[in-house]
Amino acid sequence: MILQTTAVFFKDFQSELRTRYAINALVMFVITTLSIILFSIGGERVSPDVLAGMLWVVIFFSAMSGLSRSFVSEEERGTTMTLKLLAQPAVVYFGKLLFNLVLIFSINTLVVILYLLVIPLFVVKTSSIFITTLVLGSFGLASASTIIAAIIAKANSKGTLYPVLSFPILLPLLMTVMNATKLALDGAAFAEAIGEFRVLISYSVVLIAMSWVLFDYVWKD
Amino acid sequence: MKSVHLQLENIRKDFSRRVIFDKIDFSMKNGESVAITGINGSGKSTLVKIIAGLLSPTRGIVTLSVNEKEMKVEQYHNYVGFVAPYIQMYDEFSAYENLGFFARIRGLKFDSGYADDLLQRVLLYDRRNDPVRTYSSGMKQRLKYAFSLLHKPEILILDEPRANLDRQGIATVYAIMEEHKPEGVLILATNDQEDLSLSDKVINLDELKMARNQNKKQLV
Repeated sequence: MILQTTAVFFKDFQSELRTRYAINALVMFVITTLSIILFSIGGERVSPDVLAGMLWVVIFFSAMSGLSRSFVSEEERGTTMTLKLLAQPAVVYFGKLLFNLVLIFSINTLVVILYLLVIPLFVVKTSSIFITTLVLGSFGLASASTIIAAIIAKANSKGTLYPVLSFPILLPLLMTVMNATKLALDGAAFAEAIGEFRVLISYSVVLIAMSWVLFDYVWKD
Repeated sequence: MKSVHLQLENIRKDFSRRVIFDKIDFSMKNGESVAITGINGSGKSTLVKIIAGLLSPTRGIVTLSVNEKEMKVEQYHNYVGFVAPYIQMYDEFSAYENLGFFARIRGLKFDSGYADDLLQRVLLYDRRNDPVRTYSSGMKQRLKYAFSLLHKPEILILDEPRANLDRQGIATVYAIMEEHKPEGVLILATNDQEDLSLSDKVINLDELKMARNQNKKQLV
C-alpha cells in the first residue's frame, strides 16, 4: 500500500509540475496578500499578536486557494473514475494527503521566508516553538483540507464552498497555531508551548483517522 | 488466467424515486460473454458500473469469486478491465507515462515490454511519447484499451466498445475481444448489432422492464 500511495503522490506531483494548477494560484496569492499586508502596516508598530494572526491568515487563505485542487482537478478532468478503477480508496486518500502535505510545507516555507524578509517587526525569539508550530500547523491544515477537498469536489460551487466549509473545521487549529506563534514571538520557553503542540498533534491524528474511515463513503457514489 | 465466478442477484438501482432497473439476475464464469442492451437511459452504463464496483446497487448483491475466494468490492479493480466513454486518461502525460503511473498505482511493477506490446496492439506505439491532449478521440479510446488490459484482468467490461473508433480501431477492438473471450469474462454494454452477435447471451434492459410492467398490470 505504501508503494501505491507514493505512486499516487508522484502522479500528482508530476501533474502539478506540468500543469501548475495549484502552484501558480498559491504563489500569486502569497505575493498579493503579503504586499497588501505590507502596504497596510506602513510604518506603524504592530503588536506580535497581530503579526502572528496575519501570518496565519495568509497561510489559511493560501491553503484554501491551492489545496482543494488535488481532488477538484480529478473531478474536472473526469479522471476520478479512472482512479477508482486503479486503487483502493485508502491509497488515493493517503496519496493525496501526502501531496497536500508537500504542497503546504513548501508554500509555508515560502510564506515565512517572505514574511521575515518584508516585515522587520516580525522577530521570532524562540525558533524551536515557531518551527514546531509551523510543521504541526501545516500537518493539521493538510489533513483537514484533504478530506474537505474530497467532499466539495463533487459539489457545483466548489470555489465558495471550500473556505466556508473549512473555516469551522480549521478554527480550533488556527486559534492554537496563533497562540503558539505568539509564544514564539514573545520568547517563551519551549515547555510553555507543549499544551498547544498536544492540541495540534491530537487535531491531526483525529482528522486523519476520521478521514481514513469516512473516505470510502466520500469516494464512492 | 484465474477462475472467476461473477454473480448478480436481484439487482435494483434507483436514482431518487426513479427505478432504473430491477431484479437483474445473472451469473458468469470464465469463457462466457454477455451483452447488455437497451435504449438510452435504460441503465446499461449504470449496470456495468455496479458490476465493476464503481457504484453500489440500491438493492441486491454482486458477488465476485476469484479462485473460489469471494472478493471484497474494494478488490474488484484488480480483476476488472474497464473501457467506457466516461473513463479519462491524464491529458498532460503521454500514453507511455499514463500506463507507467497506472501500473505503479495498481501496485504492479511497470513492465515496459508489455506496455510497448499493448501500445503496438492499439496502434499508438508511434505516438507513445506524445501528450494525450494531442490525441484524437479515437486514439484516446484506443489508449483506454491499453489501460484496461495493463493488469491482465479476468473480467473485461466494455461500455460502448466502438465509440469514436474508425474501421481499423474497431478491428483492433474485436481482436482484443476475441482473444479475451475463451478464457476470461466479457461484458459489453452496447446497442450495436455486430457487438451483440459477439456475445453468448444478451440482456435487454427494455424487455426486462416491459415484462416487469406487464406483471404489475396482471397483478392489478
